[in-house]
Amino acid sequence: MEATITLTVDGRAETVTVDTRTSLLDALRDRLGNTSPKKGCDHGQCGACTVLLDGRRMLSCLALAVAHDGADVVTARGLADGDRLHAIQEAFIDHDALQCGYCTPGQVCSAVGMLDEAAGGSPSHVTADLTAERGLGDLDDDEIRERMSGNLCRCGAYVNIVAAIREVVGTTVDAQATTAAR
Amino acid sequence: MTDLPASGIHGHPHRRIDGRAKVLGTATYAFEQDVDAATYLYPLQATIARGRVRRIDTSAAEALDGVVAVLTHLNAPRLADTDDKEYAVCQSDEVAFRGQFIGAVVAETQEVARHAASLVSVEYDEQPHQVVLPDDDKGLDDPDEVNAGYPSDTAQGDVGAALADAERLVDETYSTPMEHNNPMEPHTSVAIWSAGSGDGDASLLLYDSTQGVHSVRRTLAPVLGLKPERIRVVSPYVGGGFGSKGLPHAHNVLVALAAQLTGGRPVKFALTRQQMFTLVGYRTPTIQRIRLAADGDGRLTGICHDVIEQTSRIKEFAEQTATATRMMYAAPNRRTSHRLARLDVPIPSWMRAPGEAPGMAGLEMAMDELAERCSLDPIELRVRNEPDIDPDSGKRWSGRHLVECFRTGAERFGWADRGEPGARRDGDWLVGLGVASSTYPAFTMRGSTAEIAYVDGRYVVRIGASDIGTGTWTTLSQIAAEALGVEVEGVRLELGDTDLPMATVEGGSSGMASWGSTVVAAVDAFRDRHGKDPEEGATARAETPEHADRKKYATHSFGAIFAEAAVHADTGEVRVRRMLGVFDVGRIVNPPTARSQLVGGMIFGLSMALFEHSVMDARTGHVVNHDFAEYHIPVNADIADLDAIWLDHEDTNANSLGAKGIGEIGTVGSPAAVANAVYNASGVRIRDLPITPDKLIAQSGSTKTGSPQSGHM
Repeated sequence: MEATITLTVDGRAETVTVDTRTSLLDALRDRLGNTSPKKGCDHGQCGACTVLLDGRRMLSCLALAVAHDGADVVTARGLADGDRLHAIQEAFIDHDALQCGYCTPGQVCSAVGMLDEAAGGSPSHVTADLTAERGLGDLDDDEIRERMSGNLCRCGAYVNIVAAIREVVGTTVDAQATTAAR
Repeated sequence: MTDLPASGIHGHPHRRIDGRAKVLGTATYAFEQDVDAATYLYPLQATIARGRVRRIDTSAAEALDGVVAVLTHLNAPRLADTDDKEYAVCQSDEVAFRGQFIGAVVAETQEVARHAASLVSVEYDEQPHQVVLPDDDKGLDDPDEVNAGYPSDTAQGDVGAALADAERLVDETYSTPMEHNNPMEPHTSVAIWSAGSGDGDASLLLYDSTQGVHSVRRTLAPVLGLKPERIRVVSPYVGGGFGSKGLPHAHNVLVALAAQLTGGRPVKFALTRQQMFTLVGYRTPTIQRIRLAADGDGRLTGICHDVIEQTSRIKEFAEQTATATRMMYAAPNRRTSHRLARLDVPIPSWMRAPGEAPGMAGLEMAMDELAERCSLDPIELRVRNEPDIDPDSGKRWSGRHLVECFRTGAERFGWADRGEPGARRDGDWLVGLGVASSTYPAFTMRGSTAEIAYVDGRYVVRIGASDIGTGTWTTLSQIAAEALGVEVEGVRLELGDTDLPMATVEGGSSGMASWGSTVVAAVDAFRDRHGKDPEEGATARAETPEHADRKKYATHSFGAIFAEAAVHADTGEVRVRRMLGVFDVGRIVNPPTARSQLVGGMIFGLSMALFEHSVMDARTGHVVNHDFAEYHIPVNADIADLDAIWLDHEDTNANSLGAKGIGEIGTVGSPAAVANAVYNASGVRIRDLPITPDKLIAQSGSTKTGSPQSGHM
């Protein structure tokens, strides 16, 4: 059985006909030719397929495309502003937070989504006080590691991934402090 | 650049050239190559461990809309050479292991292919099978040689007498489990078959996820009955390999067979994660009896390392588990052996540091036990047994600075703070330090060719090498730029295509030494012929240079790995709080990518120590935990403060570039370093990897030195 759906992918409206069994990941990769999200396990266990769906990070291999008619999807490819990479992407390159690169688009999307969650005050498994107000400034290394643990990296780039995210957190918090001081 | 380590000894840090494409996701891996009218393959796999396919009914699959072809042993094109049974895909009704390919469905979409595969019904004649490695040596084979061409057994002196006369003795058995490489990108092959107009002019284009395009071509050509030049293999980006993509596997043959049934339409095949536990190699389980004899001062008088491991009944792969023991420490009497069980199991193959990783896990745990029995610091024990020459070959070392690695690491890591086993406590956690030696052979493979061309004001460097995440795109460009005397931006590297000159496989940590020295030779040839001011289109080629001095030396990398482990006193949970690797690996071309490889290798070893274990079901021949939910590798939260540094010793005795290889040595010493830290923390010695909480708790009551603290472990 087939269905025709509309998606906004990296800012562009796309109409696509899919098998009702087609995952969002396969719709992006096989039908729309956007191979930025990767298939590492197809079972929601590795995170390589992570995209931002309506602004939140999610595993596109666990979503049926037909269930997301009208959704806004941003892949790592769409995070760049023209030639200008997203700050997380620049930081990943600066800190050599990748090797084979296959988990990387998922890591990047996950990091961007995770920073939004943290800025919005969401706690994690390692958050000590669930009732306290929290923001980006509370993201220490343990918090970053915990919140990024849905994205496997077999090359073992974790140390550098944490360093890259730590730098972006620091820059963002400093910028906010400067703005507030004005 | 903001934060790349600037402490590199030789190389200048350079951002990964492929970094931009990888953070965007626009780097195209094999499955993502843009081909017209693609079809999709889903394989049929045997559900018995041994026997024959009696009947296979494909009619329902063939009747399904969207199915292009169904392949079984009944209709598969005949292969030209079936001597290597791994590649003899669908050529008979025989089943040699559970999960073996018995056919495939090709369809218009992935969904239809998978559905159609589920409609094929198969009946078998089953035979009894044996899939679990026996722990005695009955019925085992003595292989002619082990992987990488080493002899199976070695003996020097009288090890029996040394063991009988030992003042201090370790006689223990260590075991490591079946483990799977699990690169993040599944093995993928896209095949386009052109039948041609007559005999012998068929051709195959293969987009493949591989560590060596030329090795794939060379291996598949005789199997498929094609001349090598009729096969083109393309592989610009590879999502990790760790050895499992070092040689072609059965999926390459299956997709090439299927592509002969589609009238020239491309066939795309990506294995599922589950299928990767059966079809693309794995590390054999090992059972290692290690005996160390020493005098009262901790000087080794005898070393004996006897290994039992497995291979498949249809193809031999004998892991070289005890080879590092042959060269690691001085002792007049020494013996090593490998014995193989031939089982009805999938075919084992290379997994990051095959041989050295499991073998040094055993040896370095045993050395930790010997240190305790000699009342010596583990570093001091190793210093006392440092050999002046390679005890195996009798050759001089091309460079061996292991003691300096230990001294440097001990100071940086705070080794002096290490206490007695079970003595240090931090709240509910028992904390300890461990150390282990690491080593890996410094291979330089001959047989590559590089070409330099001057095109549009830039130097194009062509070599059919690969980058599986190791950094080759960047480091070979840097090597070429340095030799040419230009900026890296003045060089354009081409790799990952058999249309480019021959290159050896990315394996054995040999890439930089082999390809780098070849590129330098090509630059020399180019300058000799064309000078400093070449004309547009000027080209020159060179092969890997011979390094005559090399044969005089034993060439190895070395390292000292330090770990701090915390063991929860109640639950037995282990956390590795810190790790430091100090390496003697020769010249470093690009510090940031080198550090990434060394650190990544250490994480691979930490994973061996604590997590990885493929569980074989004796009844079915099935790896039951065949996915990332149950086959555990570290996640970000498992890795804390972990770093790698290196000593400032080029090794131009090993090769003209002075680089000894960095891809595997991080993995080698890490399992034992972590295991020894767990012992120092808890007082519980686990000799069977991985070290999981159940084992720690089960043994905590019976250990002598691990005196229970306040009723806990």
